[in-house]
This record gives sequence, C-alpha cells and structure tokens, in this order.
Amino acid sequence: MNNDTRHHVFDDPRNVRRVIRALLVACVLLAGLDLFIHRHVDHPWEGAFAFYAFYGFVACVLLVLLAKELRKLVMRDEDYYLKRELPPLPPTRGEVDDA
Amino acid sequence: MPDIWPALPLLVGALLAGFARGHVRAIVMLAAPILGALNVYHLDSGTHTQLAFLGQWLTPVRVDSLSLLFGYLFHLAALIGVIYALHLRDRLQQVAALAYAASAVGAVFAGDLLTLFVYWELLAITSAVLVFARRSDASLGAGIRYLVMQIGSGVLLLAGAILYARSTGSLAFDHIGIDAPGGWLIFIAFGIKCAFPMLHGWLTDAYPEATPTGTVFLSAFTTKVAVYALARGFAGTELLIGIGALMTCFPIFYAVIENDLRRVLAYSLINQLGFMVVGIGIGTELALNGAVAHAFNDVIFKGLLMMSMGAVLHVTGEMRGSELGGLYKKMPKTALLCMVGAASISAFPLFSGFVSKSMVVSAALQEGHSVVWLALLFASAGVFHHAGIKIPFFAFFAHDSKYVATAHEPPVNMLIAMAIAAVLCVGIGSFPAYLYALLPYDTGYSPYDVSHVLAQLQLLAFSALAFTWLKLAQIYPPELRSVNLDVDWLYRRLMPDTISATLARLAPLDRRLRNQGTMVVQAGLQGVARHHGRYGVLAGSWPTGSMVIWVAALLGLSLLLYYV
Repeated sequence: MNNDTRHHVFDDPRNVRRVIRALLVACVLLAGLDLFIHRHVDHPWEGAFAFYAFYGFVACVLLVLLAKELRKLVMRDEDYYLKRELPPLPPTRGEVDDA
Repeated sequence: MPDIWPALPLLVGALLAGFARGHVRAIVMLAAPILGALNVYHLDSGTHTQLAFLGQWLTPVRVDSLSLLFGYLFHLAALIGVIYALHLRDRLQQVAALAYAASAVGAVFAGDLLTLFVYWELLAITSAVLVFARRSDASLGAGIRYLVMQIGSGVLLLAGAILYARSTGSLAFDHIGIDAPGGWLIFIAFGIKCAFPMLHGWLTDAYPEATPTGTVFLSAFTTKVAVYALARGFAGTELLIGIGALMTCFPIFYAVIENDLRRVLAYSLINQLGFMVVGIGIGTELALNGAVAHAFNDVIFKGLLMMSMGAVLHVTGEMRGSELGGLYKKMPKTALLCMVGAASISAFPLFSGFVSKSMVVSAALQEGHSVVWLALLFASAGVFHHAGIKIPFFAFFAHDSKYVATAHEPPVNMLIAMAIAAVLCVGIGSFPAYLYALLPYDTGYSPYDVSHVLAQLQLLAFSALAFTWLKLAQIYPPELRSVNLDVDWLYRRLMPDTISATLARLAPLDRRLRNQGTMVVQAGLQGVARHHGRYGVLAGSWPTGSMVIWVAALLGLSLLLYYV
C-alpha cells in the first residue's frame, strides 16, 4: 500500500482533463434540458432559460471575487494573535519631575 | 410517567466511563447511546412529568414529536461520535463527550425554562472540556473565551426566564415570542448558542481548536439545541428570516479565504444554521419541517465532514489547507467518505441535504420572500463551493503535500463511524420518507420532482464550473498561511488593546496625582515638625517659675482692675 512509486489517477494530466471535459458536458446537457423540460415555476425569474445555471455561475464568481477583496481587509499573519506587542511605555521624565 | 428520564442513560454512561477502563469503558460508551435511544423509542408522545419546586411547577420531561426527533438525533450523533473516538485513551474527553450528549438530550426534553437553563449551562461546561482537552495554549485561550460566551448565554436565559415567569406566572417552555416580558433576553440567549451574526465569534474561534474527536461532538449538539429552542420558542418570528439569510451568506466569504479546514467547516456550520433559522422565521408547517429536518441532516453530514477532517488531522497533525493536499493517494477511503459528506451538504439529489434544504427554499419562495430566496440560492451555490469542493479538493487533491509520503488511513473505528454517517446521508437522501415520518407536521412534501432536481443540478454543475474556471485561470485565491479577522477580534484585540492603551494614557496623570498627594503630605509633615519638632515653639517645656510669675501678674492685674 505504502509504495510511493504507485501511479495514481490524477498523476496523469489526461485524467484531469477528462474530469473537466465531463463537467463541461454535464453543464451543457443540464442547461440544454431547459429547452425540453418545462420546470415548475413559483417566481417569474425562475422561468428564464437556464436561470439556475446562470445564477450558480455568477454567484460563485462573485463570491470568490468579493472574498479576495475581503482578504485585503481582514487577512493577517498567522501569528497575529500569538504575538502580543505591548503598547509603548509612556514618557516618564519632564512631566512628573517638575517638583 | 416515562420509564426512565431521557438523559439518564447517557449521564450514567458518562459516570461509569469515568471509572471503567479498557474494553469495559468501550462497552459502556457504546451501550449508553444505544440504551438511551431505546428508552426514547419507548417514550409516549404527550407525556408531561411535573413536579413542584419552590412554588413553581416544573416539567423536567415533556415528550412531543419535536423533542422526540431531536432525542433520536442526539443519541444517533452520540453513538457515531463514540465510535469515532473509541481509539482514544483520554478519560476526561470521553466522560465529557457523553455528559455533553446527555445535557443536549436533557435540554430538548425540558418542558420549562428553569430545567432548560440547567441543561443549557451543563452544555456549556461539558463542551468546554472538549476544547480544553486539546491541551494546547491556543485551545486554552479559545476555551476560556468560549466558556465566557456560553455562560453569558445561560445568564441571559435565566434573567429572561425570571422576568417571563414573574409576569406570566408560569415557567412553561412553549411559544415565547420576542414581545413577551423577558422575551428579548431569552431570544439573545438562544441567539448566542445559535451563532447569530456578531454573536458567532465563539464558534469559529473554539471549534477548530478542539480535539479531532471533540469537534465532532461540538458540531452536533450546542447549535442544534439552540435551533430546537428557537423552533419551540420563537417560530414565525419575522426577524429570524433576516438573521437567517444573513447567516447563510456572510460566512461563505470567510470560508473561501480561510486556511484552517476545520474553521472552513465551522463557517459552513453557521451557513447551514442560517437555513434552519430562516425556516423557523418563516414559521409555516413546511418551513418548520424543513428547519428541523435540516438540523437532523446537518448533524450527520457536518459530523461526517468534521470526522474526515479530524481523520486527516489525526494522521498528519496538520489542518491548514496551504500545507495539505494529495492525500487521496494514501487515504482513499477517507477521501471518498469526505466526498459523500460534501455531496450531502451541497444538497446533491439523492444525498441528505437535498431533501431538507429544498423545503426551506421552497417555503421562502411560497411565502413571497423573494430576496431571501435569492440569498438562499446564493448560499446554496456558495456552500457547494467552499464545503463541497474546497474541503475535499485542498485536503485530498490539489498539489501533493509532504504528508503524502507518510499518511495512511485512520484507525478502523474512525472509518466505521464515517461509513455509518455516509450510509445515513445517502439513505436519508434516497428514502426521505423515513425522516419525514418523524417530522412534527405532515405536509405531503416531496423533494423529487423534475423541476427541483433539474434546478438544483444546474445550480451545482455551474458552481463547479465556476470553481474550475477560476482555478484554471488562477483567479481563485490560493490557500495562504494566515488568520482572518472576525468578530472575535473585538474581544481578542480591540478590547484588551483599548484597555491597555487607556491605562497607558492614564498612567502619567495617575503618577502626577500621586506625586502631588505625597507633596501635600510632606508639606504637612514639615509644618508639624517645625512647630512640634525639637526646636518647635510648641514642643518646648515650660519652667514652673515663669508660671508663678504669670499667675502673680494676672492676680496683680485683677487687683488693679478691681481697685479702679
């Protein structure tokens, strides 16, 4: 089992390409089914051709793009909470020793 | 009268596990949830056990379809968790885990607010032990923050219950509503445990710091007890729809950029809770059924995902997506089981998430909440993106990490626990009628019609397409060693920093004030020394002769005055 020279499925880039191609075919088929199957509709937008396909794609792209922006705002070093730099000590001379 | 108090088997199991060792302990740990579940099975719906306590009628055990559903669920979760943790040699953790499950069971059968409060606090304490049991500095800090929030929730619940009981004269835990006296306090108490936005910091902070097995228990109980409590006390509260929609959407942004994979799952836990909270807020029979059914399924598929990540953590000691990858080569079974969980949480048809989430989404649409419906769809696509694809992809595929050389499948008990959960995911997803029969209402809902299945498959396939495109085009944000600031920053950074900065600002003022005080005292002392010191006027001794002279002078003066 622990033989490292064993060949694994995704070591071959052709297999990765096959997976991607299968996904593309699935997408085309599923969107194409909208032409033949009339989906039951509760909301007017639902009736649009491939509404769910379009919405899913746009939602995920938006999600990732916005998340990348969020990263600029909230991302910190891994040890952010671990290192506790203390606030600088206040000046002690001049202010106090005026007596 | 119920034969046995529902929480008792687990509680006794926890006690016995504290004393037993070796195989005996394993048998006790396995028997407790099984016997407990059998006991729940024999409970009669409609049972109310009442007893008088300090002039109030308490209902320690109330059995109805809602509490029964959660009763079964928690025993099931406890059993899976116990199997998953069988390899452990950690008495503390195992006792705490069973006691934690017992508190959850007790809470959902509690018929009054005082009993609920007791279990509410027990949940807090027993679960905190599972965080502390990691025995690291990070888990100690996270555990203390966790405990503060959880106990705080309990205090709010107690305060609300007192106000509620004082004006209604009853502690009964039925529909409360936020307009009831104390309603808001109870609502926020539930909200903390349910990880409402801005109150969620404890969850994403502490869950990923717990032990590999502890997180499996944690993800099952606390939040689901809160969902149960909201469904019981605040069903149909309009406010919950907005809160829930927010909960489904905001965590997925964090989940996309988070590096710790168990923290990704913690964010996705909040996202799933959002669906339940929306369902409770809508409050129709379909929506409430959807909410509790989704709670049921979430415990199992989130448990499965947590278990698969726990297995990776157990084997590699690493949980950061940036450091993992390629593990499918050495952990193919774990990878497969993880993907079953991922398919379930993403609500693929034939997997469990589909049959419950679609109820909530349909209910939102039927009740005319269009914006909420769009938000839920967005969240559905998003959850597939971050939990369905990201988790398995970065742990088991992506690039080969250094752990590929040494990794191996986890202990067999972990695999068995994951396999049970995976079978349940597929079983419930394929034969939802068994789950639907347990739900509180009979709505005649069927998830498997062509419209639903096609719509869901389109949504998921194109979400996957978006991930693939973003990944190939290298737009997808890479996993980076980092932490992301969330609401816990407020009390981990802002508050302590503000306090120490304020103290630093006040220090010179304080020093000057004290200096001036010392100077006043010194001046006073000098004055006293001048008058009363060695050469002080008031400190000299008076000779007797001078006194006689002065007496003579006074007498002479009075004689003189008398004469005049």
